[in-house]
Amino acid sequence: MELALTLLLFTLLVTTAIAIVFMTRLFAVVMLSGVFSLLAALLFIVMDAVDVAFTEAAVGAGISTVLMLSTIALTARSETPTRTSSWTPLAVVVLTGSVLIYGTLDMPNFGDPTAPVISGVAAGYIERTPSEIDVPNIVTAVLASYRSFDTFGEVVVVFTAGIGVVLLLSGLGRRRRRQGGSDR
Amino acid sequence: MNDHHLILRVVARILIAPIFLYGLYVQFHGDFGPGGGFQAGVIFAVGFILYGTIFSLRQLRAKFPDHVIHRLMAVGVLMYGGTGVLGMIFGDNFLNYGQLGPYPIAAQHYGIIAVEVGVGLAVFAVMLSVYYAFAGRSGSIDDKDW
Repeated sequence: MELALTLLLFTLLVTTAIAIVFMTRLFAVVMLSGVFSLLAALLFIVMDAVDVAFTEAAVGAGISTVLMLSTIALTARSETPTRTSSWTPLAVVVLTGSVLIYGTLDMPNFGDPTAPVISGVAAGYIERTPSEIDVPNIVTAVLASYRSFDTFGEVVVVFTAGIGVVLLLSGLGRRRRRQGGSDR
Repeated sequence: MNDHHLILRVVARILIAPIFLYGLYVQFHGDFGPGGGFQAGVIFAVGFILYGTIFSLRQLRAKFPDHVIHRLMAVGVLMYGGTGVLGMIFGDNFLNYGQLGPYPIAAQHYGIIAVEVGVGLAVFAVMLSVYYAFAGRSGSIDDKDW
């Protein structure tokens, strides 16, 4: 049952990706990329990574779609057809893809108890969370307490990204020029 | 001009309040189920963005002006960092919550809640100001343009 579900979701994921490649209307492309994120979120749920699925659904399917729509509202509505040959990009993609697939051969199977990711500190976190932090969701315990340094870094990254976008797009420079640089 | 978006407006009006409620649930229920500050911030921002997209971006920006939202980004980060510094003031390491409550487990819970609220505020404010920055530049678009 789970295998069939995974296969179905992966098939839909690949179909969506292929459809995105062949679309030229960017509105449809943005909508399909939202669908892509939602399918990815469903896959994460099948893999029991609910927190990741939640984030993917909220950010990938929600906010990104809105931001991409705002972007195409600012730029163009349809893709400019390319005149150059598409053989070089295809070769690059095929090469990168085969390297990635070759890389997965080395990876442990899904759910393998001897996987390096699991045999490290994870067992300790699972063991210690009930007595040290006592929250049912171990992911929260790891993110907000054991690894709160990392999360602090992430928040700062989000903050920096926000400042960057605001600086680039809010038009402070133009406003200042219009006022004749008087607000200095 | 936007009168033909009646269904969209009615649905959005019904949805916005539950979205905020759900955002609060995700924020404060992150210890018990999936979710936490990051997702809650995004969901909260989505409620605002839905209002701005369907109703009026101008009214939204009048009620929640850019400079307030921009400061909120910093407030979120400072709240996170401040919780860490508070731990230091009480004689522990940075971001070690052990001394923030009457006994260690309660201290951990207080620390996690404070930190998650900081994350939620920062993410909410960043998402909303990114949306402002993008949507504020384009005029309204005709339906045929899409």
